[in-house]
Amino acid sequence: MSNNYETIYADDRWSPLFGKLSWDVIPFHEPILIATFLAVIIGGIALVAFITHKKAWGYLWTEWLTSIDHKKIGIMYMVLGLVMMIRGFADALLMRAHQSMTSSGGEGFLTPHHYDQIFTAHGVIMIFFVAMPFVTGLMNYVTPLQIGARDVAFPFLNNFSFWMTVGGAILVNVSLFIGEFGQTGWLAYPPLSGIQFSPSVGVDYYIWALQVAGIGTTLSGINLLVTIVKMRAPGMTYMKLPVFTWTSLATNALIVASFPVLTAVLALLTLDRYLGTHFFTNDLGGNAMLYINLIWIWGHPEVYILILPLFGVFSEVVATHCRKQIFGYDSMVYAIVVIMILSYVVWLHHFFTMGSGAGVNAFFGITTMIISIPTGAKIFNWLFTMYKGRITYELPMMWTIAFIITFVIGGMTGVLLAVPPADFVLHNSLFLIAHFHNVIIGGVVFGVFAGINFWFPKAFGYRLDSFWGKVSFWGWVIGFYVAFMPLYVLGLMGVTRRLSQFPDTTLSGYFNTAAIGSVFITIGIIAFFIQLYVSYQTRDELRDDNGDTWNGDGRTLEWSTSSPPPQYNFAFTPRVHTFDTWWDMKKHGYQRPTDGFNAIHMPKNTGAGIIIAMLCTIMGFALVWQIWWLSALSFVTVIIASIIHTFNYDRDYYIPVEEVDAIETKRTEQLAKGGIA
Amino acid sequence: MSSHDNTHQEVEGAPHASFREYMIGFGLSVILTLIPFWLVMGEVIDHRGLTIFIVVIFGIAQMLVHMVYFLHLNATSEDGWNIISLAFTVMLVAIAVAGSVWVMYNLDNNMMPSMQDVMNTLPLNSN
Repeated sequence: MSNNYETIYADDRWSPLFGKLSWDVIPFHEPILIATFLAVIIGGIALVAFITHKKAWGYLWTEWLTSIDHKKIGIMYMVLGLVMMIRGFADALLMRAHQSMTSSGGEGFLTPHHYDQIFTAHGVIMIFFVAMPFVTGLMNYVTPLQIGARDVAFPFLNNFSFWMTVGGAILVNVSLFIGEFGQTGWLAYPPLSGIQFSPSVGVDYYIWALQVAGIGTTLSGINLLVTIVKMRAPGMTYMKLPVFTWTSLATNALIVASFPVLTAVLALLTLDRYLGTHFFTNDLGGNAMLYINLIWIWGHPEVYILILPLFGVFSEVVATHCRKQIFGYDSMVYAIVVIMILSYVVWLHHFFTMGSGAGVNAFFGITTMIISIPTGAKIFNWLFTMYKGRITYELPMMWTIAFIITFVIGGMTGVLLAVPPADFVLHNSLFLIAHFHNVIIGGVVFGVFAGINFWFPKAFGYRLDSFWGKVSFWGWVIGFYVAFMPLYVLGLMGVTRRLSQFPDTTLSGYFNTAAIGSVFITIGIIAFFIQLYVSYQTRDELRDDNGDTWNGDGRTLEWSTSSPPPQYNFAFTPRVHTFDTWWDMKKHGYQRPTDGFNAIHMPKNTGAGIIIAMLCTIMGFALVWQIWWLSALSFVTVIIASIIHTFNYDRDYYIPVEEVDAIETKRTEQLAKGGIA
Repeated sequence: MSSHDNTHQEVEGAPHASFREYMIGFGLSVILTLIPFWLVMGEVIDHRGLTIFIVVIFGIAQMLVHMVYFLHLNATSEDGWNIISLAFTVMLVAIAVAGSVWVMYNLDNNMMPSMQDVMNTLPLNSN
């Protein structure tokens, strides 16, 4: 097919007004989707009715949706991650249930076409719209507090980045009910993702969702990078940065350096699909392998983008809950920097079987093994921090220990896969699936829950209920092992990934076990939401008046503020003399200033972020369905809205001294109530 | 927006460039653009690969001119951060470009020859 665009236009379903959109694209024939759609509509109406009943629209708009406060944006990122986790996990449950039914010879309840969409959506959602928002949310909330700043460097951009990420998530969810999603796997390899083999809109949804969200991610990476480089409290040199801030710095450097590659490679795929170019098809000298090469140049740094901030979380949690300075701070920092650079020279291990020679495979196999060394060094640092520490087994610490054990297993299977000959056997098998879920659940998810339990009191002023937290913890940990250990075995026996059914029925015991594991994880997720609800109900008993939540063991600057922190974070910018600043301040008998406050210069909320981002989302939708007039119109509107925003000079204001004074006096009273100052 | 009163690091920002510097930059950019155009349009060099190589060199020179004269990059601005991030960027771009060329070339060598390549070697198909 040399003139793809001609076939698109020749398609009689295309009309100038609605593009390829018509009633046929609504999946009425899929009862599961229609039921989900009805549930979403009913749930949506109920939510709208509830907000209207509470008269909360104005509050929501002025206090949250248009907020440029890094703390509120951080919380909204976490909410986005949780909502999308439900969606992504529902996909996982469908797959586990279906495979369990088909493994003993049954037909299951999903057509192969639907199953292919589900595993694609699961992967895309879990990486881009669950893990990324969680990681960005934690960095957004904690980093400015840890470096003693009042906000990020570009507060408006922060709001805009968040809404672009939401825009991408909206596009993925819309694909569920209008049209379909890609059936290509989460990285959409050509030629399968090319127009010839994926002629429908599935891959287009994939492309535009990622492009819209990718802009948000890149901008937020730039924002946090500049924040850390330019806005550290006086005296906070690089070797005095908290470890979480260091990991955040490295992660955002990786984001800024690698996401443009993703944008470019998706743009080339778009040209192939929309304009009939041949970058990744065999015609006219294109090469599909180039796509795989390029997307992994982004893709491998991406996995370190996800895991590094969680390494930071574990470092903070371990030091706090062991009442000890982190062991080997310097080696920790060097390990982070080494990982940051090495993550760029291992990408080929994702496609050892592509057909490169032994020299290439050996090089990338060895670099992959080398990158496990700094990671191993970090594991030892955490263990040595725990050694002879006074460990308190609070929830964050429990998640950390579960992480250390689980992640080491995942790391070892990873080193196994780094051996090219072994990879030739295990490539694309369930062994690989088990490996990366082992490191992503064991590392990223456990880390996110450690972080949520650790900083929730800081963000909301009360701790999370520990009983339901433990139920959630055990549900996840047991569920993970029961669900994924069988996949290692299945992979070794030769079951490949992305199969809706496997002909050998003797393996059904393993599939059924994995399905049981997913039920445990379901319990873990439900228990987490119960934990949030119960904590809210009993918030008066769980109240944190002190601000230094964890028995006064906090080491970094965020624990010096009230819980939740005032919108300006710090009435006076702290001066930093040593690493573990807040610990040091407490040791030297720090007295909180109670007068002499000044007016504080702060940025103003603006609706421009959400408006421009939603226009971009509409443009994405129009491009998916090839509604050219709407694409052009929304593009022009985006440009106009952006220009109008640049003329908005009313961007900042001063919090008057009286207000600062009132907030700080309240804080003094609260501290008197909360005991230790 | 509130960055100036939140900027605690006492660092020197990028120095303000003079009109003269902008004009030098502009002049160099024009020259560096015109020469490659002339090379390609006038078919000055017979060897196609050599022409591409020279154009790429001019492209890199062009980038350097932009960075020095328009972005005012030098070793001391922003406390040395500019030069560190530039070095990091150059390293990553070098890894990505050199790595991709190496990987794809190696792959190509290991591929079965395509029908077109086979046909080209046949004496029948000499056009």
